[in-house]
Amino acid sequence: MAAISFRNVVKRYGKGKQELQVIHGIDAEIQGGEFVVIVGPSGCGKSTLLRMVAGLEEISGGEIAIGDRVVNTLEPAERDIAMVFQNYALYPHMSVFENMAYGLKIRKLPVAEIKARVDKAAGILELAHLLDRKPRQLSGGQRQRVAMGRAIVRQPQVFLFDEPLSNLDAKLRAQTRLEIQKLHRELGITSLFVTHDQVEAMTLAQRMIVMNAGRMEQFGTPEEVYHRPASTFVASFIGSPPMNLLKEAQGGRQGTITGIRPEHLDVTDTGWEVRTETVEMLGAERLVYGRLGSEQIIVRIEENKPAPVTGQAIHVRPREDRLHWFDAGTGRRIAA
Amino acid sequence: MIERNRFLTILTHVVLVLGVLVVAFPVYITFVASTHTMEDVVRVPMPLTPGSHFLENYRIALLGERVGTGTHAAVARMMSVSFIMAIAIALGKIAISLLSAFAIVYFRFPFRIFFFWAIFVTLMLPVEVRIGPTYKVVADLHMLNSYAGLAVPLIASATATFLFRQFFLTVPDELVEAARMDGAGPMRFFFDVLLPLSATSMAALFVIQFIYGWNQYLWPLLITTEENMYPIVLGIKQMISSGGDAQTEWNIVMATAMLAMIPPALVVIGMQKWFVRGLVDSEK
Repeated sequence: MAAISFRNVVKRYGKGKQELQVIHGIDAEIQGGEFVVIVGPSGCGKSTLLRMVAGLEEISGGEIAIGDRVVNTLEPAERDIAMVFQNYALYPHMSVFENMAYGLKIRKLPVAEIKARVDKAAGILELAHLLDRKPRQLSGGQRQRVAMGRAIVRQPQVFLFDEPLSNLDAKLRAQTRLEIQKLHRELGITSLFVTHDQVEAMTLAQRMIVMNAGRMEQFGTPEEVYHRPASTFVASFIGSPPMNLLKEAQGGRQGTITGIRPEHLDVTDTGWEVRTETVEMLGAERLVYGRLGSEQIIVRIEENKPAPVTGQAIHVRPREDRLHWFDAGTGRRIAA
Repeated sequence: MIERNRFLTILTHVVLVLGVLVVAFPVYITFVASTHTMEDVVRVPMPLTPGSHFLENYRIALLGERVGTGTHAAVARMMSVSFIMAIAIALGKIAISLLSAFAIVYFRFPFRIFFFWAIFVTLMLPVEVRIGPTYKVVADLHMLNSYAGLAVPLIASATATFLFRQFFLTVPDELVEAARMDGAGPMRFFFDVLLPLSATSMAALFVIQFIYGWNQYLWPLLITTEENMYPIVLGIKQMISSGGDAQTEWNIVMATAMLAMIPPALVVIGMQKWFVRGLVDSEK
């Protein structure tokens, strides 16, 4: 179980005038055995960061260390890592067994050892009856499990996941999420998991790195990220529907943005007056989209409460202890 | 476009039948001519039904027991020369094109684009254009009247290189990366992953290039001076006497032509299964 250290990691593409910096100095310490999710919108550099750990992208500046080895100049195969790709990247002409065994075969492990490892992984992932199949004869979920099996048999120091669930349907995704959690509990291998899906991030992560535009916005547990978002970006990215960010809220100080999550607004007789524009029924809850003064606001109402009528005004009161304040200029959190 | 219309159905069939006739009739005439005696073939009008000298004519052709003017090389020998040449050209082209496409697609080396275009430009220089210099080189290397001389100059192929390049470009990058993570070096990746995936492209190319090699005429005409190194296509021409119809044993020439058509036909029929399998089991 190796720790991973990012020390002022920078990624640049191109040279001279065309130079484009996509990652601007990431510093983070991931502990051995930890499951860390890197989450952010597309183009934020999260995949690039992961690929730099994998050795598939050069590191333009700074250092990445796995365990106590700086891996900047090591080949991917020498880094003692395994990666699960978004499209699984199974070798189409090889059987499931051969796919999982290929890396071990190259490392010249004895045949008996290869067989033992593959059988064990196949047992864990319930692939034992599929070992002779070709990838094209498998469903998406099965392919996904083969890709994980290929990573497991290597017995690496670190697992890297590059959006491995994004090609699965919603039900399978939830199921696979649980499987990955279970796997991590059993094997306890340090894991880095990249996703753009905040639900995935919240459910899988022990700690999560929220990235935006090549910078790390926050690094913390899901609870910390939800309860104490470090910036307006994190506040609006994590949580669904996103946090309301109000510039002109009552009680807000000059030059600050007031944040309140839709689920922390209570409908009352007095308080902020919200003109409702749309009401969405989601089953357990209703989402009311409305305007507070000139600003857009979302209110979440339990389904057993009376539904507001579109066009009418309702009054809401924020829970005082759930208010957040951010600097209007930098977007950073202001300690309350 | 699928339309159920009686008139169109008939029309399409008429067109197809006409097409088949246009292609098949000359082959039929060749076959008929190969089963008659020399005298019958040159009579006007030529008989349109098969004659009774089938076995005799084909035996004479295969063993080269002809008495008339022109070359007397045995067809069996010429066919084996053609076969070796065609196989060497087809396999050589595939091997060299695979490697050059691999280099161009997967490696970043200085002047990569230059080499890419250099190969591209050779499309404009077929054998016929560079035949003088090529002959000089082959002659200086003492490769006249040899299999190497017949095959090597025809092996370099821009077309095949491009075909493989296009194919390699469709191989997902993630597959390359997965192989790198697995610790496969470039040549391992080439042999373990790229080659098996290219199997159907290779089969298609083999058919095309085998026929290309089999049908070579001009190049063998230049560099073979001994009868025992004549490929069959050249042999047919050499059997035709310059003295005119009366001295050419057309029945034997036609039997040779029929025999010359067999191997390419077999290759196409044999490899057809491969095409179909390649199309049905699309691997991506």
